[in-house]
Amino acid sequence: MNIDWAAFTPWSALLGGALIGLAAAAMILLNGRITGISGITGGLLTPQRGDIAWRAAFVLGLVLAPTAWMLAGDLPPLQIDADYPLLVIAGLLVGVSTRYGAGCTSGHGVCGLSRLSPRSLVATLAFMGTGFATVFVMRHLLGG
Amino acid sequence: MQRVILSSFLIGVLFGIGLLVAGMANPAKVLAFLDLAGAWDPSLALVMGGAIAVGLIAFRLAGQRKVSVLGEPMRLPTRRDIDRRLVFGSLGFGVGWGLAGFCPGPALVAFGALEAKAMVFVVAMLVGMAAFELMERRSASR
Repeated sequence: MNIDWAAFTPWSALLGGALIGLAAAAMILLNGRITGISGITGGLLTPQRGDIAWRAAFVLGLVLAPTAWMLAGDLPPLQIDADYPLLVIAGLLVGVSTRYGAGCTSGHGVCGLSRLSPRSLVATLAFMGTGFATVFVMRHLLGG
Repeated sequence: MQRVILSSFLIGVLFGIGLLVAGMANPAKVLAFLDLAGAWDPSLALVMGGAIAVGLIAFRLAGQRKVSVLGEPMRLPTRRDIDRRLVFGSLGFGVGWGLAGFCPGPALVAFGALEAKAMVFVVAMLVGMAAFELMERRSASR
C-alpha cells in the first residue's frame, strides 16, 4: 500500500468528522431523528402531512452551507473529474440504491455505526467494499 | 414545531460545514480514499472516526431518553434483521459512490456551491429516488 502523505489531512479530517458527529448528535438529541441524508431527502418525494418542513429545512441548510462558509472565506477546492454521462449513471444508482438499502454514508456509516447497529455495519462494509472495488476497476483495470 | 424546523436548518448548515472542513465535499479526495491500489489518501477514515467518536456518546445519551430535548418522540431504528434489500442496496450504492465520488450529503453541498456537475448528479439522484418510490408503490398495489 502506497500512502499519499502529501494529500493526507488528518486534523481537518478529524475536525470535520467531529462537526458531522455534532450535527448528528444535535439531530437525535434535539429532534429525535437519525441524520440520514438519503432518507431525509427521499422523504420529501413522498410528502406526508407534518413531515415535510423539517426535512426541507435540513436539506436547505446543507445546500446553503457553502454560502455560510463564504461569509468567512473562500470555499475549499471541489474537483469533479467524472464526465456528465458518468455523473448521471452514478446519481441514478446512488438515488435508487440508497433508498433500497435504507441508508447511505451518514445514516448507516455515521449514525448506524455510532448506534452499534448490526444492519448498519453490514451496510457500511457492503458500500465501502463496492466503493473500493469500483475505483479499482475504473482506475486500474479500465484505466479511465 | 417551529423550533424543530429551525434546529433542522441549523443542523443542516453544521453538517455541510463539517463535510467542507473534512474534505468530503470534494469528490477527488473521496476517490483518493477509495483508491487503495493507487496513491492512497487515508483522511476519510479519520472523518468517519471523528464523527463516530462524537456519535457514540450522543446515541448512548439518546438511548436513555423517552422524548427529545424539544419534546419530539425518539425515532431510533429498531430493526436488526439483515435482509436482501439492505445488502443489495448498499452494494449498489457503493458502486455509484465509487463511480463519481459523490454520496448524497456531499453532492447536496457541492450543489449549493453551484457546481454544474454536482447539479447534474443531484438531479439524477432525485430521479433515482423517485423511481424507487414508484417501484415501491407499484409493488404495493399489485
